[in-house]
Amino acid sequence: MRLLPFALAAAVLSVTAPPVRADEPTFTLTIRDHRFEPAQLEVPAGVKFQLVVKNLDATAEEFDSKDLKREKVIAAGKSGIINLGPLNPGTYRYVGEYHEATAKGELVAK
Amino acid sequence: MLSTAIIVFREILEAALIVGVVMAASRGVPRRGLAVLTGLAGGVLGAILVAFFAGEIADAVAGSGQEIFNASVLLVAVAMLGWHNVWMKRHGREMARQMNDIGRAVREGGQPVRALGIVVGIAVLREGSEAVLFLYGIAASGAGSLWEMALGGLLGVAGGISLGTALYRGLLRIPPRYLFSVTGALILVMAAGMASQAASFLVAADVLPALGTQIWDSTALLDPESLLGRTLHTLIGYDARPAGIQLVVFALTLAIIGGSMRAVGGKPPHRVPATAR
Repeated sequence: MRLLPFALAAAVLSVTAPPVRADEPTFTLTIRDHRFEPAQLEVPAGVKFQLVVKNLDATAEEFDSKDLKREKVIAAGKSGIINLGPLNPGTYRYVGEYHEATAKGELVAK
Repeated sequence: MLSTAIIVFREILEAALIVGVVMAASRGVPRRGLAVLTGLAGGVLGAILVAFFAGEIADAVAGSGQEIFNASVLLVAVAMLGWHNVWMKRHGREMARQMNDIGRAVREGGQPVRALGIVVGIAVLREGSEAVLFLYGIAASGAGSLWEMALGGLLGVAGGISLGTALYRGLLRIPPRYLFSVTGALILVMAAGMASQAASFLVAADVLPALGTQIWDSTALLDPESLLGRTLHTLIGYDARPAGIQLVVFALTLAIIGGSMRAVGGKPPHRVPATAR
């Protein structure tokens, strides 16, 4: 009975076609020693783009941005893709929820 | 230690509130304790599994696996809550007539108390897996002593549980005659909130269009990070910056579950005037 959610999730996972996003620009953030590099990243406003977050640390991190409305766990040594945009021009802050004291940064949409 | 307690509390809060509502909504149902406990245990086990496979889940579906997974389990919870509500509506009147003999109605109608167990399991699974990852991270990095981590974690869990218990106690103060009407309404709105949250995940996965990335911004009015903001997020799906599709899905879920409730047990059916034939 408790396997039901897993079974359903697996079913959804298997039938949903991966989105093809080849035409969109990609930007990369790196997590190292519980800090984001670069801490400030300029992105284009008004277009969709992908943010690839690479976690080089040995522990998981959760990319968390209320400004961008995104929460994503990135496992140790993995990278996560975050679909964003089109954004209005402005500054969008984010943190690594598991190491909020050091892991913070912002996207500047221009 | 305090930061551990705060993060664990944050993750546990949503699950604790949902358990509080579910316990109130199933008052008097036999074996509901067992169903809820099974849900809790299954949820904790699932949380550890999900945490363990976090990397694999995230990599699935071109990197959107986590979003799809979250949306899927949320939608399962929505379906379970909807089923519970429709069942309660259908049998509510009989129960009132038979002096609130829920036990009998359950035996005859198969009250979906297990559905509520699943809802509890899903709540714990989603929130718990993040708490597990966080705690594992602390343990692995040796950033604090294990004692401090354990104490912080326990404090956080205790805080979440006491809030859920407070909600449960508060709901039980409602006179029994109205209790199920109130919990029914609460579950209806909670389900709509979960569906809207699922829509948000599907936008993040690029499966659904946003229909306006931000319809309003009420962060200044009610901070979604505050205790009240988080509580309302769980109970009524409060979102400080909703996308258009979230509002559409919220309304649609209200209409579908609310409409089904009305259809099975609400008002007596309208008589069709003879002239309209």
